[in-house]
Amino acid sequence: MSAAAPLIDIRKLCVGFRGRAGTILPVLHEVDLSVCRGESLGIVGESGSGKSTLALAAMGYLRPGLQKLAGAVLFDGQEMFDRPAAELARIRGGKLGLIPQNSGQALTPTLRIGAQIAEALRLHCDHDPATHRARACDLLEQVRLPEPEAILRRYPHELSGGQQQRVAIAMALAGEPDALLLDEPTTGLDVTTQAHILDLLRDLARARSMAMVYVSHDLGVIARVCDRVQVLYAGETVLTGPARAVLRAPAHPYTAALLAAIPRLGERTLPRALGGRPPGPDEPREGCAFAPRCALATGACRAARPDMAEAPDGQAARCLFPGAAPSRDAGHAAPACPADSPCVLRVVDLSVRHARPGWHMRLRGRVPPATVAGVTFDLRRGETLGLVGESGSGKSTILRALAGLLPPASGEIVPGDGTRLAGAVERRRPQDLRRIQMIFQNPDASLNPRHTIAEILAQPLRLYFGLTGQALAARAEELLATVRLGAECLDRRPGQLSGGEKQRVAVARALAADPEVVLCDEITSALDVSVQAAVLDLLNDLKARRGMAFVFVSHDLAVVRALSDRVAVLYQGRLCETGPAAAVHGAPSHPYTAALLGAALAPDPDHVPRLLAEDAVDPGPPARGCPFQRRCPVRRGAICETDTPPAREAAPGHLIRCHIPLHELCATAPG
Amino acid sequence: MAGLIAGRLALGLVTLWLVSAIIFLGVEALPGDACTAILERDAHGAALETCRKALGLETPALERYLSWAAGVARGDFGLSAHGQQDIAGLVGYRMRNSFLLAAGALAVGIPLAIALGVVAGLTRDRWPDLLFSTGAILAMTIPDFVAATVLILVFAIWLGWVPAIVLTPADAPPLEFFPEFILASTVLAMLMVAHVMRMVRASVIEAMSSDYVQMATLKGVPYRQVVLRHALPNALLPAINVIALTVAWLLGGVVVVEVVFNYPGLGRLLVDAISGRDLPVVQAITMIVAASYVAVNLVADLLGLLLNPRLRSYRARQR
Repeated sequence: MSAAAPLIDIRKLCVGFRGRAGTILPVLHEVDLSVCRGESLGIVGESGSGKSTLALAAMGYLRPGLQKLAGAVLFDGQEMFDRPAAELARIRGGKLGLIPQNSGQALTPTLRIGAQIAEALRLHCDHDPATHRARACDLLEQVRLPEPEAILRRYPHELSGGQQQRVAIAMALAGEPDALLLDEPTTGLDVTTQAHILDLLRDLARARSMAMVYVSHDLGVIARVCDRVQVLYAGETVLTGPARAVLRAPAHPYTAALLAAIPRLGERTLPRALGGRPPGPDEPREGCAFAPRCALATGACRAARPDMAEAPDGQAARCLFPGAAPSRDAGHAAPACPADSPCVLRVVDLSVRHARPGWHMRLRGRVPPATVAGVTFDLRRGETLGLVGESGSGKSTILRALAGLLPPASGEIVPGDGTRLAGAVERRRPQDLRRIQMIFQNPDASLNPRHTIAEILAQPLRLYFGLTGQALAARAEELLATVRLGAECLDRRPGQLSGGEKQRVAVARALAADPEVVLCDEITSALDVSVQAAVLDLLNDLKARRGMAFVFVSHDLAVVRALSDRVAVLYQGRLCETGPAAAVHGAPSHPYTAALLGAALAPDPDHVPRLLAEDAVDPGPPARGCPFQRRCPVRRGAICETDTPPAREAAPGHLIRCHIPLHELCATAPG
Repeated sequence: MAGLIAGRLALGLVTLWLVSAIIFLGVEALPGDACTAILERDAHGAALETCRKALGLETPALERYLSWAAGVARGDFGLSAHGQQDIAGLVGYRMRNSFLLAAGALAVGIPLAIALGVVAGLTRDRWPDLLFSTGAILAMTIPDFVAATVLILVFAIWLGWVPAIVLTPADAPPLEFFPEFILASTVLAMLMVAHVMRMVRASVIEAMSSDYVQMATLKGVPYRQVVLRHALPNALLPAINVIALTVAWLLGGVVVVEVVFNYPGLGRLLVDAISGRDLPVVQAITMIVAASYVAVNLVADLLGLLLNPRLRSYRARQR
């Protein structure tokens, strides 16, 4: 394979944009990349590393504002940036296909799926237009979409995320490509869907002998589908090599640190955070870009930029000490919650509806089942409860109900003092509001961009404790110190902080109320892994030292495993399994938990996910029976459709709601 | 979909009914009535009694409202206070004339506004955009009577291309208003183009920076088709409502422009009716203006539903 001329060949590419001062600020520094037919390359990096820019540059495309400064981008031996527009248009979507990050937004909302696929066929195929419809059906079948005829007639928003991604793949295949660029192809999809899509892509790549370039921040994805890996850091290639070597014994310290920051499913330890942040394009750099964060850095590292050097196992690293990075250590275990802690939050038979059923629905007796129903759990002081499930499983809905943003339809929410909490936030007493605080997924949306950090922190302090003047300022500073930020942040606005810093401000704001319970809604999903590790570390610290209790919602099973004392698995707003984290991750398991755990990826080339036969989506919870009845691989027949499954206690505190007896579940569970 | 339209229609009728009640109540609350307006200084004693009896003003307000509303529903607005003319006939021609004026402005204005907006959006911050955007701001800031006067000065007086004002009687056949109404239409078109163009420009810019336009480009769709097939249909959706508001504003009779050009439309009739305290006519015109707002917004809503598949299935799911 290596003897063949590379299909995509990028040499010493420099890309930059004109900054405010008029100087050119580079985002890619002399990056090389080459992929041959039949080969699959993974480009790995954190946000801002330039990985998407590099992939799009391979198509001869730069986002508005960016410009090519130097270097060559060859496709099939010819420079892409020199080609006339018509020729570029023929290659794009033809020989060179792109699968975008967010297909939901990349498909034109006003055109039917059929029209969009037909457009690709019309532009790139010589076939008779009369055959286009049949060909489009064919393509949808190739990407394993059921009922292709029906899908062709739908609009993008009428499909689920996984279906949209499949349509995007079908559209790329329409041009019969030799190479596919995949920009975070499964980010934002559920674990089960992600595993199916990656399998599909692997099979397609093999069958058509395509060159694949995967761009991803997720080393688990890369491990699953790539032969070779190229790691970018601050716009530079820092490591290339075979996927197995890079994931097992990375020769560059940055990659080693990145791998160490990823929580693993099988371990109840907290990953190791990586301090500092990569230099921005406007910061001058002389030596190695990673030197300020590197434990191995010496004066030589800071003096001049190292060249790519040969490293063990066929790797090449931009490092003076390739292969010297310490291998991954086990990290440290999260503190466990003491068994005798008092209860700070009791939730009994909570049910939530997004829309109140109208009178005509009630008259006709067609009231749809509630979004969330029958959710019961206790939370003790200093405990972390993880809520996991796919999108639409009601995790966030439960948090919103606890916070009073979405008043429950029925059920009780009882804080530590034993008085029942009002449903709506405006009817809760101030001391109750103080007790329960929430942190949201996206700090950009949850922090007011016009307020300084001082103002953001002052609001709860004034509201709940009546602090003013000197006392207020001192407390705000103290809070920032708790989340490991300096007092200099007080005068800044959220826009001047990095993603991780912003999320820490959001944590500090929640802490300002001195709450008993903190609700965390996917708070690390928008963060890079190295930053995520630092935030997780912070939460654990607060839990151990202040006895704070957390309800932690995440779709990432490994994160939940690393952080939680207990885990609750939700499907369609109903509890499937609850229990100590170790028990839920072990056997016996609810069939849905088993499916989730089986589909999760790990940054390990030998990890093979186990998939359900089908990854169909459920439109809503069923009216009767088990919530998982329609997708369950071990369905027991009629009883699953008619009777609510009993909660069986597998071990003290470990409840599984399934009709199948426990000893039989042991046999099907991972173990 | 049919249920959706029926629902919207019903809602429109309810709105009209509320408007009619408010108008009726408002007129009732005013001191004096149709008879005091007709009789003016003689409105006392026997003459007033007779007049009131003749107009049926002695019956209770509710009864009068019902018979008025029933008449309105049939298109019969009763008689005007001055001259006892049939209002439907009086207003009918004026309505047609206002409609003519609006049609002239819209026929030129909407395509022009969309075209300029698209060009400005595609050439953001380059000279065509700067030119059109600055022009739009100018057109919006100059008051319509100033623009009208300047146009009359240039095209009617200096160049002598078109007549300065309209002398055709209100009930003349439509063709006779040509070319007299050109200047009036132009002034209206200018204002409308400015508003709609800015809206279209903003939404074209948004659509062009969207993920789906980038994807279409990287799928190999030529630029023209990217704009026409992928960006434009999405960009025009938010513009529909702005266009609807402008249309309703035009149909309701544009008082200042009609007065400046002496154009026999609804707006001028309204001004005359108010200064003459001709309450039945004011009532009738207000109803007509309200009805045209309701109708135009209904059409805009339905058009939005038709063009926006997302809205369509969202609404369908809500039902």
